[in-house]
Amino acid sequence: MSMDVDITITVNGERITERVEARKTLVDFVRDDLGLTGSHVGCEHGVCGACTMRVDGVIVRGCLMLAAQCDGAKVETIEGLSDSGELADLQAAFEQRNALQCGYCTPGMLTAAQELLNQAKAKQSVPSRDEIREHISGNYCRCTGYHAIVDAVESVAKARAGAKS
Amino acid sequence: MKITADSPPVLSILDRPNSYIGRAVPRPNLQRLTQGRGQYISDVTLPRMAHVAYLRSPHAHARIVSISTEAAKNAPGVVAVVTGAELAKVMTPWVGVLTHLKGIKSAPQSPIAVERACWQGEAVCAVVARTRAQAEDACELIDIVYEELPAVTNPETALDAGTPVIHASLGDNLCFERKLDVGEVDKAFANSDAVVEATFVTGRHTGVCTEPRAVVADWNEGEQRMTVYHATQAPHMMQNLFAKHLDLSESQVRVLTKDVGGSFGIKVHTYADEMATVALSKLLKRPVKFVADRIESFVTDIHARDHRIKGKIGVSKDGIITAFEIDDLTGIGPYSVYPRTSGIEANQVVNLTGGPYNCPNYRAQARVVFQNKNVMCQYRAVGHPIAVAVTEGLVELAAAKIGMDPLEIRRRNLFPDDGYPAQTASGLKLEQLSHHEALAHLDTMIDYAGLRAEQKKLRDKGIYRGIGFASFIEVTNPSAAFYGVGGAKITSQDGATVKLDAQGAITIHSGVTEQGQGAEAVLAQCVASSFGVSMDRVRVVTGDTDNTPYGGGTWASRAAGIGGEAAWQAGKALRGNVLAVAGAMLQAKPEDLDIRNGIVVDKTTGAERLGLDELARVAYFRPDTLPPGFQAELMATRHYVPRAWPFAFTNGIQASYLEVDTDTGFVKLLRHWCVEDCGTIINPQLVNEQIRGGVVQGIGAALFEQCLYDERGQMLNGNMADYLVPMAVEMPDIDCGHVVSPTADSELGAKGAGEAGTAGAPACIMNAINDALRPLGAQPLTDMPFTPGKILAALGKI
Repeated sequence: MSMDVDITITVNGERITERVEARKTLVDFVRDDLGLTGSHVGCEHGVCGACTMRVDGVIVRGCLMLAAQCDGAKVETIEGLSDSGELADLQAAFEQRNALQCGYCTPGMLTAAQELLNQAKAKQSVPSRDEIREHISGNYCRCTGYHAIVDAVESVAKARAGAKS
Repeated sequence: MKITADSPPVLSILDRPNSYIGRAVPRPNLQRLTQGRGQYISDVTLPRMAHVAYLRSPHAHARIVSISTEAAKNAPGVVAVVTGAELAKVMTPWVGVLTHLKGIKSAPQSPIAVERACWQGEAVCAVVARTRAQAEDACELIDIVYEELPAVTNPETALDAGTPVIHASLGDNLCFERKLDVGEVDKAFANSDAVVEATFVTGRHTGVCTEPRAVVADWNEGEQRMTVYHATQAPHMMQNLFAKHLDLSESQVRVLTKDVGGSFGIKVHTYADEMATVALSKLLKRPVKFVADRIESFVTDIHARDHRIKGKIGVSKDGIITAFEIDDLTGIGPYSVYPRTSGIEANQVVNLTGGPYNCPNYRAQARVVFQNKNVMCQYRAVGHPIAVAVTEGLVELAAAKIGMDPLEIRRRNLFPDDGYPAQTASGLKLEQLSHHEALAHLDTMIDYAGLRAEQKKLRDKGIYRGIGFASFIEVTNPSAAFYGVGGAKITSQDGATVKLDAQGAITIHSGVTEQGQGAEAVLAQCVASSFGVSMDRVRVVTGDTDNTPYGGGTWASRAAGIGGEAAWQAGKALRGNVLAVAGAMLQAKPEDLDIRNGIVVDKTTGAERLGLDELARVAYFRPDTLPPGFQAELMATRHYVPRAWPFAFTNGIQASYLEVDTDTGFVKLLRHWCVEDCGTIINPQLVNEQIRGGVVQGIGAALFEQCLYDERGQMLNGNMADYLVPMAVEMPDIDCGHVVSPTADSELGAKGAGEAGTAGAPACIMNAINDALRPLGAQPLTDMPFTPGKILAALGKI
């Protein structure tokens, strides 16, 4: 049967050493072993983006990466990104604009959008609506039709740019 | 009636101090979801919980010769391996029929197939293990011998004498048939100046909820009670069904919904694998969890909309529609889905075709046939997108044929705004609609004349843009006419219980459920407004059959119109009770007092008299100080069900502006508009987001989504890489406008808004594509989804 692997990873700032099945995906590990259920499982084949999280500063599909691959890595999930306050303005914009309905895609959507906003900040630019749409097109939302999400991300992009200047 | 902007002002009849009616207040329960701290059923874990995986039939139709389970039973972590025959000892089968759909028939369906599998994906054996992975590992060790049987896959030949009958006991493959002939159809066609015929196909597609179906069932042998954590839209309906088929009383079953990751009508049905999970918990006396994976979802979540409709319209040369005729054929899988049946969709197509138009001549035939594919049943906007596609497709084809503008032909035929109440040819009773005002509003909103001028200019440059429209009506706020009269234990009434807590805050318990639409926000708005507190003093409890009034849940755009009215009335009742206490404490007449912003005030002067915290303190802790014989009643329950009208119909019109690349066949959506009338708007932001989300769901059907099957009944694209759903980059911005025609059936006057977007969008996109391609002489496209290949074929390029 399957092989086990010992890993040490930092999840949301917490150092964790666990023995995992080699076949276990990162999202199953954070959900089932660590109880971090904010990362969601939607398709398990890398299309829907509900399991989007950050590994060493880059967003990944938690269903396309194995926990065993993350030995030594720094993993950030929606729980950590919320507690640190990094997403606070984006979360508030989603709430105000009703840019979520069932909320199942939202942790992944926020994490993906934050990456675009960080890129924009580095370039000192504000992404256009088309650029926002392009960037979040790896994250499936069945409820909103995306318009409100684009509004929310756009408003935060503008606000952050304004706060910078 | 009046046209409103995106954020309409507070409506006068409901304008109380603290009124939240008509205000775009944010939903109070969102932070938990944005922080990843929701609790979906897939997140639920319980002590001793085991996981079930189902081994599913690889064949569309096969006799199960033998099942060898020994190896699986000995696999690591396995708790039990259970076949259909074994589970039949715990749970009885069901038959999905309703008495008001005359003649509908279906065969008994079991939680796990017994002797025969009737579609690819039907569960044939269950493995329960300590983890899902172990259960799936063990599934691979089960050896099933099948004898493949001929699969019935083509609805066109399902009723032919030479086609095998799927269920011999039924005699044929006909599930349901309905015919309607109203007015003088033949005479009307004979007297028409133009008659247009077309065959429309709406592709079989499915809901693709982001959270797949999920259930955790927990039979407590000590309590003799079943607790089911279930991602469902209708907890009381499921309570009844679990009890019925496990031979329990309803009081022995509790259903909790928690957060639900999207539903759209997918999660309002009885699924064999969910029923099996509940039965397994009873059998094994421990919690059992089932979460469908995405591949399972594609072959077991209900499909919908697989219809072929031959349509015909007659018009006079001045654009008056003389008659409609349709012949609808739909294949619904091997069973009619329980308990809502798979006859409702076709029945709705018959009811709704021609619905916006004042045309007395209408003939319809609908046939619903069995086939060896996954089951079909009600999905968001049941039947509407099909009926609207046929109606609006025919109307625009007729307009083109007589050379009339597509908005003008509608103006000449839509039911007049001052002519209500009215009745459609199919017999639908319409209280008050606003087709013409909505159309006029849309005309202005899109700058129709400007858009046509731009279109013309661009055509000269070889750029082909199209403008398409779809008028529609939508069924909302259903009374008992929908299901109750047919014998289903699906309640159309709903209740709300409102209580004042010991610190003067309000809790409301409601029978409707939240799957993201914002039902909890609407309930809080209604109670806060009618009682008189700010929304932050209101807590909402839904989705628990032990702790909410008996209710129908959330489907058919009923939560705001029915659940909201019950909440409004309960808030009013509690206000009366609280003012009685205040009157006793203040030695004032209750009718001279009011509650504003959580404070009892003098009604005429507004002077503050008593805080609710103080009132609650006295009522709960010092009732001895109240007058002798006075009893404070700080909890009130009210129920509501529509009685005056079977359904509160809404109306609207959508427009699409798009560009077709005539070299590649790709469609670029530039803009989409919807003007609709859902009566009183409780929360304009939530209404608009229902419209926008619904429109995109309809766009998916028009351009991308189709469950493709081969002739042996194998689904070919059951994954999200091959089955395309709308993603952000392909979608347009969507503008919403409103007309307000409240229903007089309730004090709030709110109708539903959940399905209007989905109802109209596919027709609208179809008409816009055909408008774009008409100058190129393309054959009209009527076969959804409109893929690049079909568009190029229509242009004669491939």
